Amino acid sequence: MTGDSSNMPDIWTAFTGVIRRDVLLAWKRPGDVLNPLFFFAMVSTLFPLAIGPSPEQLQFSGPGVVWVAALLATLLSLNSLFLSDHEDGSLDQLILSPQPLPLLALGKSIAHWLTTGLPLVFVSPVIAVTFQMPSKTISIMMLTLAFGTVSLSLLGSIGAALTVGLHRGTALLSLLILPLAMPILIFGARTVSLSAADDAVTAGIYFLAAYCMLALTLAPFATAAALRISNE
Amino acid sequence: MFRGDRCLFKNLEFALNKGELLVIEGPNGSGKTSLLRAVAGLLEFETGAVKWDGVTIRDNHQSFRADLVWLSHRVGFKGDLNILENLKFESGLRASDQTRLGEVLERLSLSRLVELPFRSLSAGQQRRVALARMLLASARLWIMDEPFTNLDKAGQALVTELIGEHIGAGGSCMVASHQPLEIDDHTRRVTLQ
Repeated sequence: MTGDSSNMPDIWTAFTGVIRRDVLLAWKRPGDVLNPLFFFAMVSTLFPLAIGPSPEQLQFSGPGVVWVAALLATLLSLNSLFLSDHEDGSLDQLILSPQPLPLLALGKSIAHWLTTGLPLVFVSPVIAVTFQMPSKTISIMMLTLAFGTVSLSLLGSIGAALTVGLHRGTALLSLLILPLAMPILIFGARTVSLSAADDAVTAGIYFLAAYCMLALTLAPFATAAALRISNE
Repeated sequence: MFRGDRCLFKNLEFALNKGELLVIEGPNGSGKTSLLRAVAGLLEFETGAVKWDGVTIRDNHQSFRADLVWLSHRVGFKGDLNILENLKFESGLRASDQTRLGEVLERLSLSRLVELPFRSLSAGQQRRVALARMLLASARLWIMDEPFTNLDKAGQALVTELIGEHIGAGGSCMVASHQPLEIDDHTRRVTLQ
């Protein structure tokens, strides 16, 4: 009752608290985690069946297909990022807490990546085998996907925050995010193709890493501002 | 303040002192919740400002939020987590006194329910968990939107008692309610049309 700040939890406690809570929630409702992963696996394994068994063709289209499937799977899962928090009032509590909202938003994005992006990175080698990718290309693909999905989780949180007050904002969310996600898709898929052709891949990986860092530093602030506006 | 084209209230001015209860009254749709949300900082006023300790909350939002705890229709707990997990998460957000956890849960008759998922609790029990958040938080200002909803007679009496204790200890409380609420001579009223 004294309002003193002596026992105020530090920002690290709040930050890890958000991550822990969201990962725990995902653990208790595994369906939410498995849905995008299942979508990713389905889309990318159906392609080889449709394209045909020719190794050249599979190797040629593999990187693009895997990357498009990963992008769509992440977009699918983004809609629910703030939705349940908005519906059950947790978002009000987060906004009204004395902890910095950008940090809490960053925690939400990281938890989102841990529960969708990271599993996707680990499933991707299995998909890559169906496209007959060489093992060196597979490791490059996992690296680009790791940078790409982190960026997507962060950028996507801005869109998810902007559309949280709207019902069925999925289409709008995709429209908002896709232009920002295009460079990730282009560089990601192209880098994997170059690796398959034994070309230099460093430039592409540097670009994806830089884009990831940019998203990491800017997106939480944009997300926090968007949450304040759309949670009216 | 406007919602859509409709003016909810204008030229409204009031103060809330230490050890005081402010009751917002008015019919459904008169803007009680909007007023509370605006005071808390969830909504923006078109003109005017809210001051806390003499400083507008826009300039001083961190210390204002450290002093504030909020209760509304949507209680803000996760249905898949149990009471302890939910309250533990809360303790990472704001200053609170976790040593009183057992005592608070006992008082709110929640002790035997702590391991159950929040979803499986009755609406009244869920409101009691929200009260536990307020009691544990070391916040001077309580803002409560319809605190009596879903509570039984004993629960409603408990809410009145808790508010009384809070303002008795020098805290302040702002409540929007349809139920009559009066605490001695420490009560102010604002009636919205």
